[in-house]
Parts: sequence; structure tokens; C-alpha cells
Amino acid sequence: MANENQVPEELQQNVFVTSIDFLYNWSRKNSMWPMLFGLACCAIEMICTAAGRYDLSRFGMEVMRPSPRQADLMIVSGTVTKKMAPIIVRLYNQMAEPRYVLSMGACATGGGPFKEGYNVVSGIDKYLPVDVYVPGCPPTPEALLYGILKLHEKVQRQSIRTVPWYRKDTPRGITIPVLGPDIFLPDRADEIRQITMRQETSEEIAS
Amino acid sequence: MTESVVTTSSLPFADAVPGAVLDADQWGIIVNPDKLVELAQYLRDHEGFDYLSSLTAVDYLGFKDRTADDRFEIVYHLFDTKKGGDGIVLKVRLPESKPEVDSLVKVYPGADLQEREAYDLYGIKFKGHPRLRRILLWEGFHGHPMRKDWKEPYYEAEHKPYKSRWPVGHYQWAEDRVPWGDNINYPKGFDPDAFEPAPLPMPIIHEPPEGSDHIHTERIVVNMGPQHPSTHGVFRMIVALDGETIVGLEPEVGYLHRNHEKLGERNTWLGNIPFTDRLDYLSSMSNNFGYVLAVEKLLGDKGKPPERAEYLRVIMAEFTRIVNHMWAIGFLLNDLGAFFTPALYAIEERELILDLFEAAAGSRMMCNYMRFGGVVRDVDEDWLRKARDIVFNRLDRKVDEFDEYLTGNEILMARCVGVGLLSAEDAIALSACGPMLRASGVPYDLRRARPYSIYDRFEFDVVTDDGCDVYARYKVRLGEIRQSIRILKQALDQIPEGPIMNGKPAYVTRVQKGEAYGAVEGPKGELGFYVVSDGSDNPWRYHVRAPSYINLNTLEHMTIGYKVADSVVILGAIDIVLGETDR
Repeated sequence: MANENQVPEELQQNVFVTSIDFLYNWSRKNSMWPMLFGLACCAIEMICTAAGRYDLSRFGMEVMRPSPRQADLMIVSGTVTKKMAPIIVRLYNQMAEPRYVLSMGACATGGGPFKEGYNVVSGIDKYLPVDVYVPGCPPTPEALLYGILKLHEKVQRQSIRTVPWYRKDTPRGITIPVLGPDIFLPDRADEIRQITMRQETSEEIAS
Repeated sequence: MTESVVTTSSLPFADAVPGAVLDADQWGIIVNPDKLVELAQYLRDHEGFDYLSSLTAVDYLGFKDRTADDRFEIVYHLFDTKKGGDGIVLKVRLPESKPEVDSLVKVYPGADLQEREAYDLYGIKFKGHPRLRRILLWEGFHGHPMRKDWKEPYYEAEHKPYKSRWPVGHYQWAEDRVPWGDNINYPKGFDPDAFEPAPLPMPIIHEPPEGSDHIHTERIVVNMGPQHPSTHGVFRMIVALDGETIVGLEPEVGYLHRNHEKLGERNTWLGNIPFTDRLDYLSSMSNNFGYVLAVEKLLGDKGKPPERAEYLRVIMAEFTRIVNHMWAIGFLLNDLGAFFTPALYAIEERELILDLFEAAAGSRMMCNYMRFGGVVRDVDEDWLRKARDIVFNRLDRKVDEFDEYLTGNEILMARCVGVGLLSAEDAIALSACGPMLRASGVPYDLRRARPYSIYDRFEFDVVTDDGCDVYARYKVRLGEIRQSIRILKQALDQIPEGPIMNGKPAYVTRVQKGEAYGAVEGPKGELGFYVVSDGSDNPWRYHVRAPSYINLNTLEHMTIGYKVADSVVILGAIDIVLGETDR
């Protein structure tokens, strides 16, 4: 209420006083550009969300960018396979901060119906920090819209003083997994070696 | 004892190539591995079996009456594109110790990708194959995962339902059972620090012909995909360029390899139906259709669906074709640079049809609608009224609209006419199917060549075009939408009342021992399911003959010599869906 008093009376119809956080977040959330990038079945529903009937542009999000450099939001729309995971992580690293990840559908969230497959990653959150999970197989466009609105709420609540991307101690990239005999993270080599160098074979443990 | 003398003479094609045919059972001819190529050549040149439809391997480890000497079996399905009919099945049995057979690439170039798949998943070596590398997985992956003795990290039991979940239900998280707490497994002695990744595959360079007005520049290799707006998903092309002209192209797939077939062997027969939805996720109804047809072949009379169910199946399959072709045309225009506007027109109708699917099956995309011996839910009069309204009053106008806007469009013609040529002979040899084959002037449509379900009752034309280019493929798709509307009009008029299931719905399907290949003319082409049953509740082998995957055989052939921008259009006109390509 104190703010209102500082605006001269004749300008109160035209001038709006708010916090920098609100303005910054409001503009960010209303022009969030998703990355044009589809993985599997969910991508089709993502396209439908952007199409006429559901019309993502109502939320300022119709500009899908094929380049990760220009995108704010990565919608992981579908099954993440081991072969694809390094590429997704690399794409995420190429995105400029602030960046968000929305995990769309059962597969991206936890492997979904294909979880037992030998080439399927049990959820993209094994590698990337996820902001919003949208359940469904595939989620309907309404469900995706709801997830996006939830992300907007999250963005709206962030504060410029605490967001990680302005802090010095935030790591700048995520280690990209490598495709060896199976997918592995190079920075976990010691853990892996501890098990593979043990007496009993890894196959025996599994079966 | 006397098998070599007495029975061999009565075997089919026994005299064609001496010593080639060893035996035959009711499902196929067993061929001597050394004489396979000769026999295939004979069958192609003299018997008219010019089309290698499906090639796959089966692992018979632990199967009744099978030993290590005939552990692997390679199964070839050959068909005749001129006469149609049931075709012929060749089988080659290979021992565990030396799984090697001559490659058929020289006789049927369409064997290329399928042989690589069999090599990748089963470790079968095809001698003489020009680039026998892993295709769905990556070079360096440990083991060949489709072998019966290869277990995935989350392995719990051979067959579902798992004891831990049903009927007892003491479920233990799969993550807790593996030492890494994740879906990974490394061979013994694996040292991550000493690991060297395999180099990227480089495309084979096809030199441009002498005397062409081509300006030579430095060769560069460009990577397109797997994240690329025009590759329709996670498809990757490694393209060698001379200036802007493509001189080599290497398709790289497998970025959506979801282990469909391995999961399919663990699942019950019924449990596979929802997985088929996720193959070609734009046309789930057709996928259901193909799979239930294959299993119904094994079920015999038990699996014969009642009249009303047959009609419902045809209605759903044709709606699916319309949806798919609309999508394909819309996104072909996307690839041409008309970003999203034509696609919006296509999606508009699609949404209306998806509403019908949702009303009938409960889900927009993953319908899971068909069952062995029928369909799962009936539709009411209201649904039929709505469907009639769309078919009779709306779709025709919509296709006309497309026709008017696009067919004569100057830009579309400039970009599509004469691009991506594929002659009829090449299309057949490369095992192209569906609109790809018909746009090369081959009137091969399974609904006519090997009529299934009740397609023989409907009047419709097989749409062909002699253009052999991208434009012809576009026109064939447009024509097929019109034919589908024609079928739908007849089916919606004739649909009878009655039951929708043969017998009571059951969770466990008893399938007799045997094998079957059931195929439908899906929107993308011949979608085949090859299933082997050992008489238990689960398939022994479950293989999908995926049209998008096999159509990729033609990609390299079609793009060489064109500009790099054309490769996007050519790929768009193949109309691949990665869920089906990679399975």
C-alpha cells in the first residue's frame, strides 16, 4: 500500500508499481519458448497442443524453437532411450539459463510401459533436473496445458535474489553420459569399477 | 532313414536348385544355408516371388525338440507383387556355434536393414552384407539382446504375469534388485576409464556420373538429427555433401528403440495389444488390427470375429488411414517450408476423428480397441450418427479443399515433381511398401492382393501413380483418403447389429503351437506381425515387420544426387514414424 502513495494521483490510472521480481517473472512466463523437439508418441500430443483446438499461443508459447540456444523450456515428450540420453543432456547443456524441463508422459517420468526394456532410461530425471511431471500415456493436450500452467506458477514464484543461475556456486553443465557396453556417467567410474571388478560377474547378480 | 529320397521329391521347389530344400513343414520350407542365395534367385526370377517382405530371426534355445545345432532360424517371407496370394516362407536353421548365413542383399536389396537388425539383436552374421553394423543399438553394446539367454537388467522372470505381482503381490522394486539401482548392466571387468567409443559411421560415397554439369567442391559430412525439426522424430542422417549435392547418406536409427519385441516375448498374448498401439502412434487402430489378425490365424475358429466386429475394425482402420495421410500431407508441407499452417488444416479433421476414437475406445491415440475374436467395446447409435456425419458431410469437402490448395500449387510442384525418383523395379527390389510402392506404379495393396477381414466386400480402387517421385506419393496419399472415405461410406451403411466378441472376453488366451504371419495394409504400408507360439500363454517370438523401417531402405537410393534440402522432403514423403521404425 505504501507504493500506491508514491504515485501521484493523476497518474494512478496509468502507472503501476510492482516488484522487479513480479515484472521479470511475469514477462518470462508469458513468453516461454519451448524447444521444437519430440521423442515419441507424446510429441504428437504436444503438436496437437500447439495446434488449433488447444492453441498453446494463448499462453505465449507458440514459438517453438528448433535451436536449444533460443529455447527456455525443454518438453521431454516421450521415451528416453539410452541411445538418445546423451543427446538430450547435451541439448539441455546448450540451453541458456533460465531453463526448465517438463517431463511429459509416463515414459519420460519413469520409463512407463517400456521401463523393463534394456534400452530404456527409467525417467529423464536420472540425468536432468525436472520441474514439472505430467502423467499420462500419452497425456492429453489438456493435461500438458495444465502442466505448463503449473510451470508458469513456479516461474511466477521465483525470486531474482535466489534463482540458481545468478549464483556463482551453481554448476554450469551436466555430465554427458557415454555409450559403452551400457550407458554410463564418466564421473561415476569408480562406483562402476567397484562392482565390475568384483569376483562374481554382473550377469550373475542380475539373474 | 529314407527321408532324403522319398520326401524330398514331394517338397515344393525340390528340383529347382539341387540340394537346396531340406524339408518342409506346414509353415515353411527349410533351406540349406549354402544354397539359400541360389534358391532365392531362382524363386525371384522364375517363380515370380519378387518381393522380400519380412526377414527375421528366431532363437529356439530351450524350445521343444530343438538342439544347439538348429538353435537359430532365419525366416524369409517372399511374396509376388504381380499375382498377389499367400507367398512363400523360407527358413534357414543355423547352429549356435556358427550363426552365419549368406546375405540376400544381392538378390533382394531390401534385405539390407532387416539383416542388420537380425545381426544387431541376434548376432547372426550375414556374409557378404556391405555394412553389417549394429543398427538399433550402438556399436559396442554388450551382447545381442533378443537371444533367449540374454537378460535385461530389470529381468524378473521369463513370462508375465510375474509371480511377485499376481496373484500374491509382494512387489519389489526392480531398482532394488540390481547392484546399480538403475536399468544398466556392465560386463565383468569393464573399466569405464579405459573405454573408447566407436567412431561414427561414415556414408558410402557415390561418385556423381562423369560428364554431369556438377561443380566439384570439397566434400563435407553433415549430421542431421536426431534432434532436427524435419526428421519427424529422432531419426538421424549422416549426409556426405559435394557442394549442396548429396553424394552419400547413412541413415542412423534406434534412438527410440524401446525393445518392443523383447517385451513382447515377456508379455501375455493379450498384453501385447496396448504395446502395438505405441508402434506407429499415429495409427494405433491399424496396429491392433495387424496383431489380432496374426494371432487369430493361430486361434482358428475360436478367433473368428462376428460380423459387427469385422465392420467396426474396418471402420476404425480406414479412419486411421485418413488421419495418418492427413498428417503425412500436412507435415510434408511443413518440410517444404510452409511451417505449420497446412498442418493445422490437417490436424483440424484429425481431432474430429480422434473424438470418435475416444468415444469408442476411451483414448485419443492409444486406442487398445481390438481383441482376439472381436473388439472390446461396442459403439452406440449416437456414435454411428456422428461418424456418418463426418464421413458423408465433411471429409469429402476437406479433401477437395486440400486438393485445391495444394495439388496445383506452384511451390509444391517445383519442390516435389521429379524429386526422389524410385522406379517400380527398384521399389519392389528394395521392399518398399504402401504408398511408396504404389506411387511407383505398382498396384500392390494387401487389401486386394491378400484380402483380409472383409475387405473383399467393399468397392474401392487401388490408387497408383506413375510419377515415382515425391509428388506422386503426395497424390497417392490424397487418393487413398478418397478411397478410404468410399469404404467408410459403404461400411457405415452396411454395419449390422449383433455381438462384438466371439466368446467371452478372457485375460488368458490359449494359443495353439505354431506360427503365423498376419499383415494388414496399414497407412504406411504392409504392417506384418510374425508370431511363434509354443502353446503357452506368451509368444515365443513376436516380430513386427515395420513398414516405416523397411521403407528406409529406399532413402539412400532416392536422395543421392539431389540437393540437401530435397533430402528432407524425400524423407517426409516416406512418412516414417520413429516408434515403428525403431520399435
